[in-house]
Amino acid sequence: MTTQIPDISEQEQLRYIGQQAADARVNVEIETEGMTLNLGPQHPATHGTLRIIAKLDGEQVVAAEPVMGYMHRGYEKLAEVRTYPQVTTLVNRIDWVGSFANETPFILAAEKLMEVEAPPRAQYIRTILHEMSRIANVILGIGDMGVQVGAVTPIFFAFRDREYVLNQIEAVTGGRFHPNFDRIGGLKDDLPAGWIQNTKNSMEKVRDFCDQIEELMYGNEIFQARTRGIGIIPKDIGLAYGLSGVNIRGSGVDWDVRRDNMSPGLVYDQVDWKVWTHPDGDSYSRMWVRLQEVREGTKIVDQLLDQIPSGPIMAKVPRIIKVPAGEAYVETENPLGVMGYYVVSKGDLNPFRVKIRSASFNNVSITPWLLKGVYVPDIITILGSLYFILGDIDR
Amino acid sequence: MSDDAAVDTVDDADVVAESDEVREAALAKLSDELGDGIVESFIRPNDDIWVRVSRDAWVETGTVLRRSMGFGYFSFLSAIDWMPSPFGRDMDSQVDLTLTPPEDEPKVEEMQTGLAGGDTRFQILARVNDISTNRAITLKVDLPDDDLSIATWIPVYSGANWHEREAAEMFGIDFVGHPNLRNLYLPGAFEGHPMRKDFALLSRRIKPWPGIVDVEQMPGEDDDDAEGSDS
Repeated sequence: MTTQIPDISEQEQLRYIGQQAADARVNVEIETEGMTLNLGPQHPATHGTLRIIAKLDGEQVVAAEPVMGYMHRGYEKLAEVRTYPQVTTLVNRIDWVGSFANETPFILAAEKLMEVEAPPRAQYIRTILHEMSRIANVILGIGDMGVQVGAVTPIFFAFRDREYVLNQIEAVTGGRFHPNFDRIGGLKDDLPAGWIQNTKNSMEKVRDFCDQIEELMYGNEIFQARTRGIGIIPKDIGLAYGLSGVNIRGSGVDWDVRRDNMSPGLVYDQVDWKVWTHPDGDSYSRMWVRLQEVREGTKIVDQLLDQIPSGPIMAKVPRIIKVPAGEAYVETENPLGVMGYYVVSKGDLNPFRVKIRSASFNNVSITPWLLKGVYVPDIITILGSLYFILGDIDR
Repeated sequence: MSDDAAVDTVDDADVVAESDEVREAALAKLSDELGDGIVESFIRPNDDIWVRVSRDAWVETGTVLRRSMGFGYFSFLSAIDWMPSPFGRDMDSQVDLTLTPPEDEPKVEEMQTGLAGGDTRFQILARVNDISTNRAITLKVDLPDDDLSIATWIPVYSGANWHEREAAEMFGIDFVGHPNLRNLYLPGAFEGHPMRKDFALLSRRIKPWPGIVDVEQMPGEDDDDAEGSDS
């Protein structure tokens, strides 16, 4: 059976073609008006209140401008009117998901100026807690990435298994979120009884989480389609913007302050672990390196738990801490990247100037460059894969 | 594990002995390139290099460091206000509690600048890393009081963009050539530059600081008491 093609005259055909062409021309000439999309300040992908103003052409981002300052608390100014031990209370709130890690570099900088060194036991416990706050932080970031690509289960897994780590941090410091446990010259308290075994059990749970999430999320086709080849950061550009931590290791830069420039007062050189990198530089590679980082973190904690020496947890420091005049910069590898404190002391009770170099500030400063030309749904996955905490940007 | 650790420490010792020369060599190379651009420098062995450069050589310094010396990693850029606070030294000084700054206070304290010196109240502070050799340089630049401006570093290190915006709003420094020097954190109509030492922290002016109770010496205790610093 043949379909009947209606007879149309040549003239009609020409008229039809002409009409089509005219329509096409109209379509071409209509300007797709630029649209401004206001993302945030409240958006689940922003971990706080970050606002991104994106100028769109169709579905493509022409220009993206992050707007911060909704959570600026002025810690650099406040630190100038606090005594050194009081500053840890402030800096706890910078990256509130891995709080203990914020205290470490500041305390180490003060110790460097005072030429005090914490006793070995304190150094071990400090490193363990630093690493545990990394695990607690990064687990949440991984689970959260699931939400950004439309999977809800990973975030429940993450919150569930993060709780085991937080419980252990709480057991030793008394604070789930804001430990305020690090002291100049040592730590506030020793470990409670039974803590070592419980922590090992919780590390086991975290490793299970890593295996589960690897199958559930990383192997998922949709997850890969949404993250592979998207949000690529070349090495040189990442370095010029000062990206650090996982975000730069995901671009193939083999640089980890824990291994390469470890500050005295931490004991990462006593354990056997590996720095993971990924050559691709896309969203997937950043999340992949993050997962390996958690696994290495559990390895570090396990080994350190076996090696903790006995002894005091506090060095001999005066009750009223006056830090000798001088300048020191100490940086450590924090969950979100390299965090450093440039402390200027004039020999007073309080620091003269504290410059806080927070990881997320540099990590997010690349977004105007990185978001140019991506499609709207990818904004969310790229932000999720950069993984920042707003407190770490706004300080 | 313990054997490895022992080997590592030996290696570290070698590296430590070497790295000083490395730092001096880096400094020598920088002064070769910049000539008079370097005003003063300071090396803390096995730790860090501080270099104070002249304002005119600022962009050149960055270019030399990034392009020919391998310092490709931008860490941070900020500023320091070296003026002693007109509101008293310590929070526990009684001066701190008065509403108006005492007139003689700035005269009592002289302005002292830190490592690598300084002649002016405001200094730019920046730090760049060479991640392949794990070295870093802390740079300082004096800014004359009557002209708080300096060329932007964006063409050299793109990451300087936001750091310069922050320094501009917090210290009132003008970065010449910066494309978008709007406030980063503060509301658009905010007056003053909060990180300057003469910008009063208002809450601290109107309410005495309660923290003095914590750090006050207890009767019968001497300074060397090693028990917990606070709790």
